[in-house]
Amino acid sequence: MDDSRPIFRQLAEQIENQIIDGSLVEGAQVPSINEFAAFHRINPATALKGITLLVEAGVLYKRRGIGMFVADGARAALIAERRQTFHVEFIRPLLAEARALGMSADELADLIRKDTTP
Amino acid sequence: MTPALEARGLTKRYGSLAAVDDVTFTIAENAITGLLGRNGAGKTTLMRLITGQEFPTSGSVRLFGAPPVENAAVLQHTCFIAESQRYPDEFRVKHVLAGAPRFFANWDAEFADELVDEFRLSTRQRIKKLSRGQRSAVGVIVGLASRAPLTIFDEPYLGLDAVARQIFYDRLLADYGTNPRTVILSTHLIDEVSQLLEHALVIDSGRIVIDAPVDELRSSAATVSGTTEAVNRFTAGREVAHREQLGGLQSATVSILSDADREAARSAGLEVGPVSLQQLIVRRTGGFTTAPTTIPEEATA
Repeated sequence: MDDSRPIFRQLAEQIENQIIDGSLVEGAQVPSINEFAAFHRINPATALKGITLLVEAGVLYKRRGIGMFVADGARAALIAERRQTFHVEFIRPLLAEARALGMSADELADLIRKDTTP
Repeated sequence: MTPALEARGLTKRYGSLAAVDDVTFTIAENAITGLLGRNGAGKTTLMRLITGQEFPTSGSVRLFGAPPVENAAVLQHTCFIAESQRYPDEFRVKHVLAGAPRFFANWDAEFADELVDEFRLSTRQRIKKLSRGQRSAVGVIVGLASRAPLTIFDEPYLGLDAVARQIFYDRLLADYGTNPRTVILSTHLIDEVSQLLEHALVIDSGRIVIDAPVDELRSSAATVSGTTEAVNRFTAGREVAHREQLGGLQSATVSILSDADREAARSAGLEVGPVSLQQLIVRRTGGFTTAPTTIPEEATA
């Protein structure tokens, strides 16, 4: 957890990452609010805010008295959402840096090809 | 929801010095609130007023809806761990723990014993012979095991080492999670506790200068840095808490920055960085006149 963004958002993102990389599978139970709070050493109200964000987005769902679970279809939905923001969050800063260094789009494309073909 | 604590126009004067100067605020029930401020800002006086150990010059305090002064019904729901708690000379740790249930209805003796082990104390030790840090640990144990609906810690960790402070923070969070209660944590180690806090109350020269959820504070401010010209162009018309200049570069702490603002700053070639809660508070309280040399915290001890 760092200071740059609200902690509840960082917590939500961490859980999303775990769902995307498959360490939290659909239908699996996620830790309780108090477990998240103790693990990250954050206020339980902050942990609750992060979880609520994911419940509202339909990524997690609550089973009364049992706990919180990963919703079906959560992974595909998260990946679709992340692809939407990929351009703004990754491509644009990459291009800005390349421009500052005087690199053309072709040079960039070559670099990408070199690193993705074995 | 009725607040756990309500202060209205609360003022305490010592001669010409207003240690607490016309403050009005509420503290939500079952939240951890940080009472933050510099030495001599009025934190301790405010807590003594809250717990009925000091009479206000004017204004009022209500704890759970009732005035605290000489009010046993209210005070037995309150645990105030002062910075340097004094005990009779002959007292051993076990005497402190044995006396606690008389004051605190929710006292958990088993929890207290666990904490004694964790802080590596022995119940047979004489309080007088304890080190500064060990005496602080006794206070922390009483504060945690009292499980009082309103628990107030005033700089509870004087002399506590980093390990013991972490034990305190971890135990506070875990126990608060299972036994929610209203906690006020007065401290100037802001960075250490910033993630534990839900709400921040910042006092400076006897006045409340910030009263806001920590999440909101954390996400509102940011530093933007880049060439002086670009920073000046971006910050025109915005509230800037602080500026630093280095050659042709400038870094400005902007009080409020939305997601769209951040995007705009980045497009303008500026770097957007975080501001820690501590930095933010330093910026907001740094501009005020420093506290007078007669420190009210000492005057009231």
